[in-house]
Amino acid sequence: MPQFIRIGFFLALRQVRRASKWTTSLIIFVMTLTFLNLVVVSGILVGLIEGAVEANKTYYTSDIIISKLEKKDYIEQSPLVLNIIRSMPEAEEVSARYIESGRVEANYKSAAKEEEIDSAGGTFAGIDPVAEERLTGISRFVIEGEYLEPDDYDQVLVGAYLLKKYFPVESPGFSTLDNVEVGDKIRVTLGDITREVRVKGIVKSKVDELAYRVYFVDRQFRDLIGRSDYNVDEISVKIREGSDALDVKEALLRAGVGRYARVQTFEDAQPKFLKDIKATFALLGNMISSIGLAVASITIFIVIFINAITRRKFIGILKGIGISGRTIEVSYIFQSFFYAICGSAIGLALLYGFLQPYIAAHPINFPFSDGILVAPALGTTVKVAILVFTTIIAGYIPARMIVRKNTLDSILGRN
Amino acid sequence: MELIKVKNLVKTFQNGDKETHVLKGIDFSCGDGEFIAIMGRSGAGKSTFMYQISLLDEPTSGEIVVFDKNTHSMTSEEKTKFRLNKLGYVFQDYALLPDLTAVENVAVPLMMQGKSKREAYIEAKVALELVGLGHRFDNLPSQMSGGEQQRTSIARALAHKPRILFADEPTANLDNESSKTIMELFKQVHDSGQTIIMVTHEEEYSKLAKRVIRLDDGRIISDQRQ
Repeated sequence: MPQFIRIGFFLALRQVRRASKWTTSLIIFVMTLTFLNLVVVSGILVGLIEGAVEANKTYYTSDIIISKLEKKDYIEQSPLVLNIIRSMPEAEEVSARYIESGRVEANYKSAAKEEEIDSAGGTFAGIDPVAEERLTGISRFVIEGEYLEPDDYDQVLVGAYLLKKYFPVESPGFSTLDNVEVGDKIRVTLGDITREVRVKGIVKSKVDELAYRVYFVDRQFRDLIGRSDYNVDEISVKIREGSDALDVKEALLRAGVGRYARVQTFEDAQPKFLKDIKATFALLGNMISSIGLAVASITIFIVIFINAITRRKFIGILKGIGISGRTIEVSYIFQSFFYAICGSAIGLALLYGFLQPYIAAHPINFPFSDGILVAPALGTTVKVAILVFTTIIAGYIPARMIVRKNTLDSILGRN
Repeated sequence: MELIKVKNLVKTFQNGDKETHVLKGIDFSCGDGEFIAIMGRSGAGKSTFMYQISLLDEPTSGEIVVFDKNTHSMTSEEKTKFRLNKLGYVFQDYALLPDLTAVENVAVPLMMQGKSKREAYIEAKVALELVGLGHRFDNLPSQMSGGEQQRTSIARALAHKPRILFADEPTANLDNESSKTIMELFKQVHDSGQTIIMVTHEEEYSKLAKRVIRLDDGRIISDQRQ
């Protein structure tokens, strides 16, 4: 090992070991905060969108979503498609849904005029309550009333976004139903068919597709829309752990499902704007983190500079007794490295040992998503490397400045 | 053999527009095995003179030849290496490194010379025992008295066996008893053949030297062997 590294390490080790515990703790604390600032700020920003994406996957699309082809009214040969899916070993749960647009009306009995009737446009979904529950666990979003039973008839779940009580938004072309409670009767219109049904429960979720829908039991819904051929509009497939969604999608296409339906993984099905927001938020997070990094670098620079200035005499003595400038610089580099590694290690322990699991268990309640903390190992490693590198530079520069000063001036404290 | 040869050495300090001429053309030489005391009243330039010839500072003009090498042509790193291998220093305020124990303070230059840590520690302990600090190996400077710190400093200056030992008022911060101990040490190492150049303002200790150079107003006013 080169002499200057060996002795630089020797000096750094002793300086750190015998430095004031408070000063060392303070520097490491600053490094820890810097690390968390680097990782957590961008992680939360990305996590806002990631939370929405995850929720969309978990509670709606699942791993694979199969929908009708363009210009088709439904997935043709749905029973055949479902059989293909169910025969695949990777498929764990499947839920087929009938989807139609329609209108829903309330207070139609008490309204004196047609214009006074509360009405809202919505999406109607016919679901198998058992399969849907197994796939998405939708019952957890029933905030009032009860979830559907397979033999329920003329009973529906209403999405909270269709009710003024939960979504008090008035905008042109958008309306909600006022004064609708569990047990109330509402009128639904699907094409030419109008039917009075009872509100069995209310579904509230941050996944828009769930909260804008009115849910029927599929058996009745099929009759209402006259779909005696059992052709559905949407199939969500959950695959077994360890399986790859892309592989399953390709297997389905190879099996001919593509002739009757559009097959997408949950990533394909993500709207482009969501991907764009995710990228924008990541950029924003990195920008904020960069400012944090710059502030931290300046802090470390100041700390090391003050440390080097106060130790200028000793740097002079080291040079005086024959220790090379390079050795002294290396000793400061090692010290900076030590602070950066300690700060990062504590930061990593806090991040993966506490913050990430805690936020996963208690997501941050944003209006449009349950925000999680996204901190992939690779990205975090890169940020640790950036922090260590920046800290080393911030530590090296002041050390070099002091080392370059005249030896005797340093020893005697002359300017 | 002449270890140091100085010709027309000038050192001027610049403070804004004001110039202070501290050394005004000094000629000097030092032979192997000499014990030289540099004396003079405060401000005479004795410490400045020692710093120039010990390669700790840059003269304004003049020539310094150490071990037949003109220091003018040496880079800063070369001078550092030269100090490490050929020169030893004892400062008025001991100049120990506060984060290092006595043995570590003495071992660092030895390690820099390429010795292993183990070797350096063994030699450092021997040097400390020679100055009577066998019981202080693991003490930090803050845990030692002034006299003990100065003895550690002497151990550090001698451990790597320098050709010349420079001492700048080594007893200035010490009480009488400690001063006597330190000067006794200097005498012992000189008797064993060590070349010493010592700055002092105390007549009593200058008597131990074999040659006394007196400076006044930046010039040598007397150079006597005794």
